[in-house]
Amino acid sequence: MSRFSKRSTWALPYVIFLVLFVALPLIIIILYAFQDSSGNFSLGNFAKFVTDADAIGTFALSLEVAIENTLICILLGYPAAWILANKKLNRSAVTVVLFILPMWINALMRTLATAELFHMLGIQLGKGTLIVGMVYDYLPFMIYPIYNILSKMDKSYVEAASDLGATPWQVFWKVQVPLSMPGIISGVMMVFMPTVSTFAISEFLTNNKIKLFGTIIQENINSSMWNYGAALSLVMLIIIGITSLLQDNKKEVNGVV
Amino acid sequence: MKRFFAQCYIWLLLVVLYAPIVFIAIFSFTESKVLGNWTGFSTKLYTNLFTGDMQGSGALVSAIENTILIALVAATVATILGTVAAIGIHNMRGKGKQAINFLNNIPILNPDIITGVSLFLLFVFLHISQGYATVILAHITLCTPYVVLNVLPKLTQMNPNIYEAALDLGATPYQALRKVLMPLLKPGMISGFILAFTMSLDDFAITFFTRGTVGLDTLSTYIYTDARKGGLTPELRPLITLMFVGVLVLLIVINIRAMRNAKNNAR
Repeated sequence: MSRFSKRSTWALPYVIFLVLFVALPLIIIILYAFQDSSGNFSLGNFAKFVTDADAIGTFALSLEVAIENTLICILLGYPAAWILANKKLNRSAVTVVLFILPMWINALMRTLATAELFHMLGIQLGKGTLIVGMVYDYLPFMIYPIYNILSKMDKSYVEAASDLGATPWQVFWKVQVPLSMPGIISGVMMVFMPTVSTFAISEFLTNNKIKLFGTIIQENINSSMWNYGAALSLVMLIIIGITSLLQDNKKEVNGVV
Repeated sequence: MKRFFAQCYIWLLLVVLYAPIVFIAIFSFTESKVLGNWTGFSTKLYTNLFTGDMQGSGALVSAIENTILIALVAATVATILGTVAAIGIHNMRGKGKQAINFLNNIPILNPDIITGVSLFLLFVFLHISQGYATVILAHITLCTPYVVLNVLPKLTQMNPNIYEAALDLGATPYQALRKVLMPLLKPGMISGFILAFTMSLDDFAITFFTRGTVGLDTLSTYIYTDARKGGLTPELRPLITLMFVGVLVLLIVINIRAMRNAKNNAR
């Protein structure tokens, strides 16, 4: 046993790495966020954010777009995942592969292709194209986790419920949806978080007409307004923190392979 | 009947989802500057892409090279660092283990823009000039957690006595590691490497913030700058088409192999 327990020291290089490149950078964000440009402690950056109508407006719009995108993805993706996982309705593995495939393609490329299509069809870029384009980008990320849960689900629960006299509607809401909740939650995580923080994608899809929160962070950092940019990043970090409370912390994040 | 409607829904969704790519692919076989304007069949865009004979003289080609090089280096280092770390973490107990798992999850849960900004500020804070090295470091930060998460389950599934037995039978710790531990961890390391590689290939935001001002471009940052200049470089159309076909073939091969294995196992 002693031989084996000594192996815990193998984690040491990675611990040092994590402290240096994960923990320290986050501490520096907090540090910068609470400082003015000359390095004194200040709440000025947050005061600036709260009183800046533009920034607050963009912030609200980003949340709105992310929520709308997530809801549309659930509405379109859940039935698709349900059909794909149902052996009676779908026997081919090809359709499943086709839904997973876009996840492996560079997101900027896919977005650019979508924007080009809008352009070709003569559709004016704006909020409508922003949401449609985002649904294009993120729908596979909603379908995949729900499909995964549904195809592993024990069908006998559904059968038992209908044998015991539940209507199809009741079976769906009281049995199927609660059982597929883990899939829906990881789908929400994989759709909501990237949408709320994106900057390049929204710029492509609206021809830079509509700014989202990510774009404002990027603009401030790039124009050397590090303290304000750090404060805005901290605000986003808090939103992400709240969202990730949704997920059970004990559950490990599964990679998509 | 129900099956018919279900299939209709699935294929309708797929047709809409794939429309942009299909149009890009069709118009990659013509020379026109804008999408939707067919000026006759031509493979000139493809030859331009490979000979680097276009405006911006090879900037796209060097961006592709950078992307692949960075992804290879980052994924390799991440696989080694992550595997060694996973062995260590597996042998830890209690609070320390929890703390590492928590830190390990941060780069996965954090949006790329936050990881990018935080690393940018770190490099500014430490007065490190940014370029290739910082991009690779940032990508290792992004990729290693995925390797750790792919290798850890293999260690949990493993019978610890096997390693002990190798030592008792006279293997040196190094031999036991190479001949016993490594083969058991290999599947996890491979899937970790693949995931790390694709994460790095796909990344935009982290590269964008950590590449500094030395003019380093990956495919993502190239596309971003290019699109902001207005309009898509026509040569990107064959590139998008080729990448799409490549990934499609890869996924089909993987799936056919998986199905064959499943069938063999069933027998």
